[in-house]
Amino acid sequence: MMALLEVKDLKVRVEEREILHGLTLTVNEGEVHAIMGPNGSGKSTLSHVIAGKPGYEVTDGQILFRGEDLLEMEPDERAAKGVFLAFQYPVEIPGVTTMNFLRTALNAQRKARGESELMVPDFLKKVREVSKSLNIPQDMLKRGVNVGFSGGEKKRNEVLQMALFEPSLCILDEMDSGLDIDALRIAADGVNALRSPGRAMVVITHYQRLLNYIVPDVVHVMSRGRVVKSGGKELALELEASGYAQFEDAA
Amino acid sequence: MPAVQETVERVKRIDVDQYRYGFETLIESDKAPKGLSEETVKFISEKKNEPAWMLQWRLEAYRRWLTMQEPTWARVDYPKIDFQDLYYYAAPKPKKTVSSLDEIDPEILKTYEKLGIPLREVAMLEGVEPKPGEEDPARRKIAVDAVFDSVSVATTFKAELKKAGVIFMPISEAIREHPELVQKYLGSVVPTSDNFYATLNSAVFSDGSFVYVPPGVRCPMELSTYFRINERNTGQFERTLIIADKGSYVSYLEGCTAPQRDENQLHAAVVELVALDDAEIKYSTVQNWYPGNSEGKGGIYNFVTKRGDCRGANSKISWTQVETGSAITWKYPSCILRGDNSRGEFYSIAISNGFQQVDSGTKMIHLGKNTSSRIISKGIAAGKSQNTYRGLVTAHRKATGARNFTACDSLLIGDKCGAHTVPYIEAKNSSATFEHEATTSKISEDVLFYCIQRGLSQEEAVGLVVNGFVKDVLQQLPMEFAVEAQKLISISLEGSVG
Repeated sequence: MMALLEVKDLKVRVEEREILHGLTLTVNEGEVHAIMGPNGSGKSTLSHVIAGKPGYEVTDGQILFRGEDLLEMEPDERAAKGVFLAFQYPVEIPGVTTMNFLRTALNAQRKARGESELMVPDFLKKVREVSKSLNIPQDMLKRGVNVGFSGGEKKRNEVLQMALFEPSLCILDEMDSGLDIDALRIAADGVNALRSPGRAMVVITHYQRLLNYIVPDVVHVMSRGRVVKSGGKELALELEASGYAQFEDAA
Repeated sequence: MPAVQETVERVKRIDVDQYRYGFETLIESDKAPKGLSEETVKFISEKKNEPAWMLQWRLEAYRRWLTMQEPTWARVDYPKIDFQDLYYYAAPKPKKTVSSLDEIDPEILKTYEKLGIPLREVAMLEGVEPKPGEEDPARRKIAVDAVFDSVSVATTFKAELKKAGVIFMPISEAIREHPELVQKYLGSVVPTSDNFYATLNSAVFSDGSFVYVPPGVRCPMELSTYFRINERNTGQFERTLIIADKGSYVSYLEGCTAPQRDENQLHAAVVELVALDDAEIKYSTVQNWYPGNSEGKGGIYNFVTKRGDCRGANSKISWTQVETGSAITWKYPSCILRGDNSRGEFYSIAISNGFQQVDSGTKMIHLGKNTSSRIISKGIAAGKSQNTYRGLVTAHRKATGARNFTACDSLLIGDKCGAHTVPYIEAKNSSATFEHEATTSKISEDVLFYCIQRGLSQEEAVGLVVNGFVKDVLQQLPMEFAVEAQKLISISLEGSVG
């Protein structure tokens, strides 16, 4: 079976400095992978390069998505193909209501895939269902995108989009940052509800804590721009006990 | 390439030569001789069959103009204008007198069709939700007084307006048919001696709209005029006068487009608004004149004097403008708050791209007691353009309890453009309350990437962010216009990001 995401020997530079030194990662449909590692190990860089954020120079290696060369695609094409990045720090867009944003983005993706625009009643019904399950009040959808949202609300808004756009690959970049336990639980429940055989997730985090809520199938440890160890979910617990120091040397 | 960098690259590549409205209509025209002299003024007055007092008024303005200097204080830069090298009057040659749309030159009608202007009766917009308290847009009507070059060629809805007692006609007709009103109000807000361009306009104005709303009447429809400059090398000198008598209300929409030109074209309009006791005037503009080509050549010089006089107590004047065109914009729609408790508003979106230069803003002059004013200005600068907000808020000694709120926000796209804010604030009595807020920001790369990651193209992302930025002002436009303006902003952004 063809892997959903294959990162092969990826080397990436930012402003002349190499951040990823030949990273390899394979994610199959239905799997949840956790990527752990200390600050500066290149976790966020990996998520940005997969999503196509400008400012990164790929000097070597490949990223294949269902066998297609992802690096040849514009970021919006990647989104339409089903690559979704839940941002560590979701931005605020004043004057653009969340509802308008969701509809514009969803229809842009559908259009790119050659599908018809979702009718307003269908769209509203879907948004109401999902936002209810995520404990997102309707008036929040009428406010500017993330404007005046709490940390928890911003992350729930990310999960809301994930649920609406139905991507096949979700990359969650430090979803736990800035969240208290209750907010984390709500967001994680939302993510868990989206686990499905056709969908893979890459959960990027510093802490094992998040993985108590979103239990991964595979855990990778990153250090200095490489994956230095991979294992089952028990690897996360091991890391929690012994720290990252052992891998600093391995890298 | 970083998103902002890419936007910048695309902005550099803009091809305003593809200006959507750049086409020319081939029709014969009737021109005054080139240059400006007492003879020119007389020619224009004669062409319009004006009474002697009107000619006298023009000539006095012309003589005054000869003694005046072109102002240089605005942050705009352009080669000196040779006022003797321009034509001051051009009219489509009438084949016969027009009394209905069917008789109008089909070439002219075709031009309007290309512009998408609803010359024919009702403009219905689909998919617009009426604001609470407003009636169904499908049933609202827009009366169009289309100005083609200098002569009004079509007026619709005249009958219905007449029933309400509203006078809406070309000012050249009003001079003949309602001389008492014109004589009483013309130049009473913008005197002939006001400024270089207004004085020039007073001498040579060709046509424009005249509106009088009688006491207690709420004008039954939106009034709308489209101006279009079509004659090569012709200065366009529109003159508009709107009077809202006691307790009346009128909303007036003005939209402009012009064909592409190599030579710069001078446009110096004057708009005067008079609101008597308890009256309200809402004046909205969408301006989309040819901005010049990608090297900054050509384009309209737009030197406009727009002023409203809240002459009566409890009167209100509201200016809303969406400025996307012209090579140079020099425009300060202002309010004189003379009546006690009167209110002035200015809502503005000014978008500059390529080599456009915008120096625009407002003046709120508080003279009466407990007068209030509100200024919301949104400037968007892209390309190599310069975008300046220049505003004056002043409270005179007797204007006790005057209040003003000003918010000026600027958004920069790329790093070759400039945004400037020049506010003047004067309070001559201690009971005035003035608030001023100003922000300048660059369009954020992170915000663009966020939108693009969600599936929007670069262009759609910029459009979304900019439309969000200007939302407060768009909401002030009448509904029919808001949709048009939103489209126009998207069109001008299409040009700005490739």
